[in-house]
Parts: sequence; C-alpha cells; structure tokens
Amino acid sequence: MPCLMKEYQMVKVEFLGPIGKSPIQIEALTLADVAAKLKEDKSLTSWLDKCAVALNDTMVNDLSIKLQDGDKISILPPVCGG
Amino acid sequence: MELYQGSLDVKAIFARWLDEEAQSNYGAYIPFVGTIRAEDDIDALSFDIYEPVLQKWFDGWQEKATALGAVVKMAHSIGDVPVHTSSYVSAVFSPKRRVALELIDIFVEDFKANAPIWKYDVKQGKRIYAADRSTPMSGAGLLS
Repeated sequence: MPCLMKEYQMVKVEFLGPIGKSPIQIEALTLADVAAKLKEDKSLTSWLDKCAVALNDTMVNDLSIKLQDGDKISILPPVCGG
Repeated sequence: MELYQGSLDVKAIFARWLDEEAQSNYGAYIPFVGTIRAEDDIDALSFDIYEPVLQKWFDGWQEKATALGAVVKMAHSIGDVPVHTSSYVSAVFSPKRRVALELIDIFVEDFKANAPIWKYDVKQGKRIYAADRSTPMSGAGLLS
C-alpha cells in the first residue's frame, strides 16, 4: 500500500526592502501552500498582489512548483532603481 | 556589476571602464548617468538592494549583449545618496553605434522595471519608501 501522506517541507520566507518583516519558517509542499499561509497574515494584505517571488534567488511564476526542505523564498515588493 | 556604499565616483568609474575596453576594438561607448535631483524637499535618496537576484538579472543582460557582440556595465549605490550626486551609472560598448544606442535604451528601461532595488526618500533624517514611483516586477501578484 503506497504512502499517501503529503510530505511538507520546512522553507524560509524572507520579505525584502520596505516590507519590514522578519523572515519566517513555514511548512509547505508548493508555492500555493506558501500563498495560503501568507494570506493569513494581515500585515501582508496590502503587499501580496504587488510582490514578485524568487525561489532560491531565481524569479518564479508558477504556484505548483514543488518545494524542497531548506528552500528560500523571497518576497520582492515594487522596485525603483536608479 | 559593481555596488558601492553611498554616492558613485562617476568620473573614476567611467575612466576605468574606458581603460578596461581600450584594446577591445569597440567603436561605440555609450554611458548613462542617473543623478539625484533636488525635489520634494528631499536631502537624499536611499537604496536597498537584493544582490543575488540583481546579479542574475545583470548576468542575463550580459548574455544578451554578448550575443550582439557588445558588453554592458553598471554600478549602483547602496544606502544614502545626497542630491546632485549619482546613484546609478551604466554603459554599453559595441563594435558599431546602433547596437549600443538601442541596447542602452532597453537595458536601462528593464533596469527600472525589474532590478531588485528599493528607493526611499530621505527627509529630515526619515527614510520613506517611494511607493508611488515604484513598479511591481514581472510576475508580481503570484501569491495573492
């Protein structure tokens, strides 16, 4: 009988620039799980729709990406260099 | 790619870049300088940078430049940069002018849109995020 239990990974989420929130560790299978957890945080409500996401310092655009233990997820708010 | 604390020494950077490519047989060298303007009673602008993603962004542009026979260079400030000094310089070298003229345009525009750099106004010692001048990066809203 195959094991059907989901294997959640412990990942780190860091909030860059002006968001001003300390990094957190959460359990997640995919970026969709990360999204669900972050939406519970009222302090992030005004940021999430404007923020891009990097996984281990590579920009990503797919919620179904499977996460590995120790992955680093960065939340990048709107930018203005120069 | 070069990052510095505070204002850039623009003349020194451009002179060094010119020396670096003096024997590369490029016919065109097109520099861009971004200078902090005195407006809205600011004393300075201030910058946060996320270097790992910035480096990958820059490396992607260097690949595009290489494919065109060109090279891109850039330097940016971290922290406070007073008005009338510079926080950003970039340049393109290419064999002929057309490539460099076109590349500096799209390179600088994409820099404004997708380089992971956050800008703050500095007024009376306070650091205020420049939210109204900032642009969501490509793919923003993924987690919303």
